[in-house]
Amino acid sequence: METDWIQGLAGGVLIGLGGAVYLLGNGRIMGASGILGGLLDGSGRSSAKERLAFIAGVIVMPLLIGLSAGSPATHATSNAAILIAAGVLVGLGTRMANGCTSGHGVCGVSRLSLRGITATAAFMLAGILTVAILRQVLGAI
Amino acid sequence: MLRIILALIAGSLFGAGLMLSGMTDTAKVQGWLDIFGHWDPTLGFVMGGALLPMALAWRLAEGRKPAAGGSFPALPRAGPDRRLILGSILFGAGWGLAGFCPGPAMASLSYNGWQGALFLSAMACGMIAAPRISRHLDRRAANA
Repeated sequence: METDWIQGLAGGVLIGLGGAVYLLGNGRIMGASGILGGLLDGSGRSSAKERLAFIAGVIVMPLLIGLSAGSPATHATSNAAILIAAGVLVGLGTRMANGCTSGHGVCGVSRLSLRGITATAAFMLAGILTVAILRQVLGAI
Repeated sequence: MLRIILALIAGSLFGAGLMLSGMTDTAKVQGWLDIFGHWDPTLGFVMGGALLPMALAWRLAEGRKPAAGGSFPALPRAGPDRRLILGSILFGAGWGLAGFCPGPAMASLSYNGWQGALFLSAMACGMIAAPRISRHLDRRAANA
């Protein structure tokens, strides 16, 4: 438990390095929702190959780590209705806002972009409120 | 080819970082958001750790060109608008509800069983529907 913050910090640095490679290498903002969403709605057709390569890395690397070091605990809910509702909200919201935790939260905030900071504040507040309602009011999760 | 290799490296670093940091653990994410209950500050370190190399990268980008050609994205001239805030609120609600955001949802496909796959499928549906809903909202705002 005491090493959680060290792992968090080290993992965070890796996430930031990924963003730095994508920016300095390809000149693009590393946003998970934008990279995937652009493929799904066709808006990113011209850069489809590099989007697919990025997503392949995101999926295959944890698979390799999991095979060698064991998969970590994930604790995802088994309530299908919650998973579906949450998924639709995340998909819809991140595309409307043009970004998520990686694009706005990491790449936008580090650039001191007003849009990135505003989006991050808004999704953090909404997330905090949702968890508070679920846990404190409804007594769920 | 260089673009594809660099994208693969970036995605691999991102995926490894998500897993090591605990971002793929929905209980940890919900614990980070649970400031009125049992708050887990770990993800604050994740955010801090990620911001350092990224802030440095923006500095290095100044006056240069990307290695694989093209140009760096310009800072958006428009400020925050209604769609940015409304979209972020919807995203935050979904994030708190299940503890998944888009990056970890993709990463979790490798080992999170049917839960990760179901969330990711629903997220894909939301992403495909988003441009239509945005256009509808724009039309309504224009008519109002």
